[in-house]
Amino acid sequence: MADKVTDIIIIGGGTAGMTAAVYAGRAGRSVKVLEQTIHGGQIINTSHVENFPGFDNIAGFEFATALYDQAVKFGAEFVYEKVTGIEVDGDIKRVLTANGHYDAKAVIIATGARPRPIGVAGEEKFVGRGISFCATCDGAFYKGKTVAVIGGGNTALDDAVVLSQLAEKVYLIHRRQEFRAEKQLVEKVHKPDNIEFILDTVVTGIKGDKRLEALELQNKVTGEKTELAVDGVFVAIGQMPENDVFKNVVEVDSAGYIVAGEDCHTSCPGIFAAGDGRTKKVRQLTTAAADGTIAALAASEYIG
Amino acid sequence: MAALHLEAADFKQEVLESKGKVLVDFFATWCGPCRMLSPIIDQLADEVADVKVCKVDIDKAEALAAEYGVEVVPTLIVFENGEVVKSASGVMPKPVILDMLK
Repeated sequence: MADKVTDIIIIGGGTAGMTAAVYAGRAGRSVKVLEQTIHGGQIINTSHVENFPGFDNIAGFEFATALYDQAVKFGAEFVYEKVTGIEVDGDIKRVLTANGHYDAKAVIIATGARPRPIGVAGEEKFVGRGISFCATCDGAFYKGKTVAVIGGGNTALDDAVVLSQLAEKVYLIHRRQEFRAEKQLVEKVHKPDNIEFILDTVVTGIKGDKRLEALELQNKVTGEKTELAVDGVFVAIGQMPENDVFKNVVEVDSAGYIVAGEDCHTSCPGIFAAGDGRTKKVRQLTTAAADGTIAALAASEYIG
Repeated sequence: MAALHLEAADFKQEVLESKGKVLVDFFATWCGPCRMLSPIIDQLADEVADVKVCKVDIDKAEALAAEYGVEVVPTLIVFENGEVVKSASGVMPKPVILDMLK
C-alpha cells in the first residue's frame, strides 16, 4: 500500500499528547495527533489551574487552547477519529481508526484516563440526566436540590464542599469510615451543616425513569439495604485508563495502565506511552507534559 | 458570520418558528468545554449554509434550558421545523456535529 507514512503518530490530544506534538514537530518530524473527541484532555474540565510552573492562575481551557495552537504552529496535524487498535508490521506501525488507518514509524500512546464509573447496571443512560463526573461543571444545575457525592478522596470531598454552597442537601457516600483525602479537606468537609455522611456504604443500584431519582445503597458492615432519593449524583471514585485496544501490542498492568518507566518505553519497540495512561505514581499536568517531552524525543531517536 | 446569540425572548421566533434546521448550542460562560466548542460552532455557522446556527447562554435563559432538559453544558440540540430532532451533550469534534445535521 502506497500510503504516506507519518514519522510519529500520537494517540490522544491531551496535555501529554500535545506536548509530544510540540517536541516532535520541533525535532523536524511529521506528526499526526489522533483524538476521538476534542483536543485538550481532562484539563478542560478544570476551572482554574494554579500549579503549573509559571502560571499562578490559568483556566484549563485556556491552557489547552494555547498548547493546541503551539502544536499546530510546529506542524502537528490533528485528526478527529477514534482509534481502534495498532498493528505492528516490522518497522511500520499501523494505527487503525473507526474511519480507516494511518501508518507511522513510531507511535506515542497518550490516551490518558477518564473518571471511573459507579459500576452499576444502567448508569450510562443517566449520565447527564442526574449522573455527573464534574461538580464544578454541572453543580450549578442543582441549586436548591438534593445531591449525593460518591467517593472519599480529594476530588470527592472538594466536590461535596462546592456542592454544599449550591444544593439544599449533600450526602457524601463513602465505602469506608475514613477518608483518604488531605487532612485540610477532611476538616473543611465537616464544616457545612448541609453535608451528611453515609459511611461504610456502597451504591448497588440506581433508579429512575427519564432521569435519576434514587440510589440503592448497602451498608458494608450491617448488610442493610436502603434507598436514597436524590436529584443528582456526583461520582468521584478515581480515574481509569482506556488502553483496552492496545493490549495486544503493549504490556498492560492489571489496572489497565501501560507498563512503561520514566523513559516512556513500552514492551514494544517504537511504541511509547506518555501521560496518565502509563504506570506511574504522580498524575499531574506537569508530569503529563514531562512524559510528552520524553516520549517525543525517544520516538525521534528511535526513528533515527 | 458567527453563530447567532439568542435571548430567551427570541427563541420562539428564531428557532421554533424557523423553517428547516436550526442548531442550538446551550452553553455557559463558566464552562471550559463550552469555550472549547464555541469556535467550532462559529465555524459551522460559516460553513453550513442550510442550517441556522444559534447559541443560548443558559444563565440568561434558565427556563428555556430547563424546558429542553439541558442539565449538562454544552448541549447541542437540532430542531427541524420547530421540533427537536437530535440532541447531544459534551464537547465534540466538528465531523460528529456535521453528522447530527444530516
